[in-house]
Amino acid sequence: MKVLVAVKRVVDYNVRIRVKSDGSGVDTDNVVMSMNPFDENGLEEALRMKQAGIATEVIAVSVGGEKSQDTLRSALAMGADRAILIKADEAPEPLGIAKLLAKIVEQEDPQVAILGKQAIDDDSNQTGQMLAALLDWPQGTFASNAEFDGDAINLTRETDAGLETIKINLPAVITTDLRLNDPRLPKLPDIMKAKKKPIDIVEASSFGIDLSPRLEVVGVAAPAEREPGIIVADAAELVEKLKEAGAL
Amino acid sequence: MSILVIAEHDNASLNASTLSTLAAAAQIGGDVTVLVAGHNAGAVVTEAQAASGVSKVLVADDAALADGLAENISALVVEIASNFSHVLTAASNFGKNFMPRVAAKLDMMQVSDIVEVVTADTFVRPIYAGNALMTVKSKDSVKLITVRSTAFDAVAETGGSASTEELAFGEAFAGTSFVSRDVTVSERPELATARIVVSGGRGVGSKEQFTIIDDLAEKLGAAVGASRAAVDSGYAPNDCQVGQTGKVVAPDIYFAIGISGAIQHQAGMRESKIIVAINKDDEAPIFQIADYGIVADLFDVVPELMAKL
Repeated sequence: MKVLVAVKRVVDYNVRIRVKSDGSGVDTDNVVMSMNPFDENGLEEALRMKQAGIATEVIAVSVGGEKSQDTLRSALAMGADRAILIKADEAPEPLGIAKLLAKIVEQEDPQVAILGKQAIDDDSNQTGQMLAALLDWPQGTFASNAEFDGDAINLTRETDAGLETIKINLPAVITTDLRLNDPRLPKLPDIMKAKKKPIDIVEASSFGIDLSPRLEVVGVAAPAEREPGIIVADAAELVEKLKEAGAL
Repeated sequence: MSILVIAEHDNASLNASTLSTLAAAAQIGGDVTVLVAGHNAGAVVTEAQAASGVSKVLVADDAALADGLAENISALVVEIASNFSHVLTAASNFGKNFMPRVAAKLDMMQVSDIVEVVTADTFVRPIYAGNALMTVKSKDSVKLITVRSTAFDAVAETGGSASTEELAFGEAFAGTSFVSRDVTVSERPELATARIVVSGGRGVGSKEQFTIIDDLAEKLGAAVGASRAAVDSGYAPNDCQVGQTGKVVAPDIYFAIGISGAIQHQAGMRESKIIVAINKDDEAPIFQIADYGIVADLFDVVPELMAKL
């Protein structure tokens, strides 16, 4: 079976972002970008499926600008067989991205689509569930374990109360949580090999989907700073301070 | 304005997050209906009827709704959503799972994890792990919203006397079935709503040594939390994780013990009223947001602290 993995180019998780002074957004010029961490888990899972003989081909897909090719190259270096860039200069909303991915699913006919549970830039946590809805497929979200059993997956999900296992029939959408696996680091020969692997580029506008935003961004602001705190000498002083503050 | 709030529950009791979601609904203003979709969840219905500000409780009872499967809950909500101007649920694991499925089926964009209601169509939500706050205006005919519970003070559990109405559930989704649940049993208060949270990080060192966190929590009547590093290392279960991708908490006192305080962790606790950090690394980022810091070995400080309490 084919497995489709969606990967997003995001501001690296170590970067402390800055809000633009005009309140129009977050400054992403000259900051380190990388693959959304949850998408690395998704790709790793697909690669393990291929190693286990469950998957025959792993296709990485990204929606974004020209530079999202860098992220797809990283995916190819990790081991994806080929990549598709859906070129969109204005980042579509999760609903638009889900619609574009649904088109790729129609074309490629994968049995599993794996997405990160959320992107660490907009923190929406929507695209995977939306893709499942558009395809009318089962969804296994926030997965920490996926065991393939014939034409179904026994999928363990991280929930607010602990863990939950569901059985979902293929074809299905999986969204990943961080404990699903430890993503591999590509080795130099793989990085070299990845340069020769194909990336198909298609324009988002070519699918005839209305990608105009449904949410108007009124503004982006920095959160209120916390008042600076103090260093106390020991436990006794801490308890005293907490009592003074009326907290204990 | 007519607002539908989807209740979160385990068929036995209403989750506190629903009371916070009702508070967000009250800020939007309008007639509030609660949907209790479950199985043999009469006690939940009674609680929802009594909650302040609720005028009607829709009750959908079916075995297929017992386990909160997103496919089934979303199908039910899609059927009735167009009767309302807003559909709200908590931005919990439950809400995050089904609400985007509703949105896509209705061809609408969900507004995730709101922390403020500006007007009936404009909301503030955190992005980039809470390092920026985005204000968005929804142009969709029904506003589909998940609500960050810690940003809204729960409405009163009593005072309401809502009527009830049965809602029929159609066909269960064929491709998904519930298998099992492994719920972490703890005698401590619930992490999301506790007044005091004691969290441990990588600095605690091992699962065995994590008992020092449990012991302090017990002494304080606090909930136990953990950083991602501590959960990944197996010191604490996944439902203890506080942070951008775990739980968001805002207790009166948050103890960060052996936690360096990466921005992803701060995203889950920076709205706490008082933050106490105990870490032997004086350059740990957690000290930048702590109200009170102690630079010392946690294995020295925590026993001293327990003796003083």
